[in-house]
Amino acid sequence: MGPQRIRQAFTDKAFIAFITGGDPTLDDTRRYINLLARLGVGLVEIGLPFSDPIAEGPIIQAASQRALASGTTPEAIFDLVNTLRQDDALTIPLAIMTYLNPLHHYGYDAWFARANAVGLDAVIIPDLPFEEHDEVRAVASHHNVALISMVAPTTMQAERRSSSLDMPRPKQWLTSEARSTSSDRIRRIAQKAEGFIYLVSSLGVTGVRSEITTDLAAIVAEIRAVTDTPVAVGFGISTPAQVAVVSKQADGVIVGSAIVRLIAEGGGRADPAIEEYVRSMIDAL
Amino acid sequence: MRGRFGVHGGQYVPETLMSELGQLAEAYEHYRGDPGFTTELDSLLAEYAGRPSRLWFAANLTADLGGAKVYLKREDLNHTGSHKINNVLGQCLLAKRLGKTRVIAETGAGQHGVATATAAALLGLECEIFMGLEDTERQALNVYRMELLGATVHPVTSGTQTLKDAVNETMREWTRRVADTHYVLGSVMGPHPFPTMVRDFQSVIGREARAQILEAEGELPAAVLACVGGGSNAIGIFHPFLADEGVALIGCEAAGRGIDTYETAATIATGSLGVFHGMKSYFCQDDHGQIAPVYSISAGLDYPGIGPEHAYLHDTGRATYVPVTDAEAVDAFEYLARTEGVIAAIESAHAIAHARKLVPTLDAADSVIICLSGRGDKDVAAIARYRGHTVKED
Repeated sequence: MGPQRIRQAFTDKAFIAFITGGDPTLDDTRRYINLLARLGVGLVEIGLPFSDPIAEGPIIQAASQRALASGTTPEAIFDLVNTLRQDDALTIPLAIMTYLNPLHHYGYDAWFARANAVGLDAVIIPDLPFEEHDEVRAVASHHNVALISMVAPTTMQAERRSSSLDMPRPKQWLTSEARSTSSDRIRRIAQKAEGFIYLVSSLGVTGVRSEITTDLAAIVAEIRAVTDTPVAVGFGISTPAQVAVVSKQADGVIVGSAIVRLIAEGGGRADPAIEEYVRSMIDAL
Repeated sequence: MRGRFGVHGGQYVPETLMSELGQLAEAYEHYRGDPGFTTELDSLLAEYAGRPSRLWFAANLTADLGGAKVYLKREDLNHTGSHKINNVLGQCLLAKRLGKTRVIAETGAGQHGVATATAAALLGLECEIFMGLEDTERQALNVYRMELLGATVHPVTSGTQTLKDAVNETMREWTRRVADTHYVLGSVMGPHPFPTMVRDFQSVIGREARAQILEAEGELPAAVLACVGGGSNAIGIFHPFLADEGVALIGCEAAGRGIDTYETAATIATGSLGVFHGMKSYFCQDDHGQIAPVYSISAGLDYPGIGPEHAYLHDTGRATYVPVTDAEAVDAFEYLARTEGVIAAIESAHAIAHARKLVPTLDAADSVIICLSGRGDKDVAAIARYRGHTVKED
């Protein structure tokens, strides 16, 4: 299904939930994903745990370690997705969020073929920026799995920060190509984007933030200038108030650490906490 | 393709860092050819770091091993006691040109952290160092040394609490605060432009050594040896010899308790192709592509990967990589101290250990150069512990 099924998540504003596969066990993950679907989550990102997740804050780092400790492998995640599609008849789009090395080790063609076969729609790889997309773009496309592009505040900040920080930045060495990066880069990324665009809300790693200060509207406007691919905002979003603000500026919000934290606290018994929390977040869309 | 060594290298980092890396690459390309920059760097290397470092003819070693003439490239005599100062002076000067006011760095044994803290103190930059908790305990004196130099040291408690995790945490910190901060990466690893930039800053070792051996011997050496973790001292001494096809280039990896055990850090011997820490290269990893916990007595070589240019030199066969165990390295550490009166870093002792096997097989007319990447004061307590002695430092 791939990119086509993802569209269905964005018919209205989408709430996208992340949970780490195998935290604390794969059976719990299966139950939690079914719960999230019942609550009206538009798309679920399943974290395929990696030993060294450099884009993650402490909450998801710890979840990755728990999942690896419980023996979660790439194959086990594929089996989980297969079960969700076949036995549980789950129809919402599903994405894998992971790092490039586990895919490289599995073999790109084999990985994407299997992903498509079990019913995965997209993959998000934080350590595979746009310039390196050629690594997997063709094979992902061949197997109809959307390769999600990420855009960050720094994608368009390159030219702005000297003034915003009031810092002297001698620029005589910048070539004209580098000087024009900011909005051009966003547009280049947006033009090739598939499924949805993952807009990173703020600097830093994943986690729970009290405040988001990035001018999201300006970045969304740059993206809108070249594509109607939906834009979902993630990193740091944890409260209904943030959802209310962000969902006005974008097509969806992505929440990870706040949900993973409930699982860290509740283990295999986090169902009521997840239900209450996710309802409050979806209501704020 | 930019920043590639064969299939290796690249820029596998979060989008948040891509603009910064692009600007860093542009700036480096500009300043490497800027006379104002290179003159200032050369002057600091000479007057502050004490370059050129000596190429010492080790007569006792040569007589004892009974083969080729042995020369030691004395990077241990640099200010701060290792080759790391060459790179940090270059990067910190560049950081200043970029308008940065703060530098961050990872460190394993502490040598790169001490060097970075030193350059930051000299050049008036704020400095924060990330060091695995286990390493802060193994190298407690170096932690205090960095603090004396005005740096803040953050013990890293994630993962295996060693060099790999220190790199993870420094990268995370860079994504948090990138506008005023430069990441002084300590080896020829990570995303482009670091492997190229760090190589260029370290190549002063090989340029000097090549001229010095030609002066002393009138001909090129049969072999050049260096220890390899990420591989910055090795690439630094290898690079100016790359075109000299008759010169064997030999990198000595940390085999820990042996390459047939899991307690090893020998990446070429036991690793496979992968993508990690911003680069495609060889990594120690498990059956599912998880990065493997590695082990070496040497905190500076205790790293699960190797720089992408080394991976390429291995692929092409231009350089050879050999594993050296803890036991061999400790023996060599003691041997060099007794024979030549030089206490080398345990990292460098890995290269000495392989030289003990190689040199006797060579002709007396030949010469070899061993890069003595650092001094061993920091390792004395650990070697004593390894031998079952108790040394009280306080």
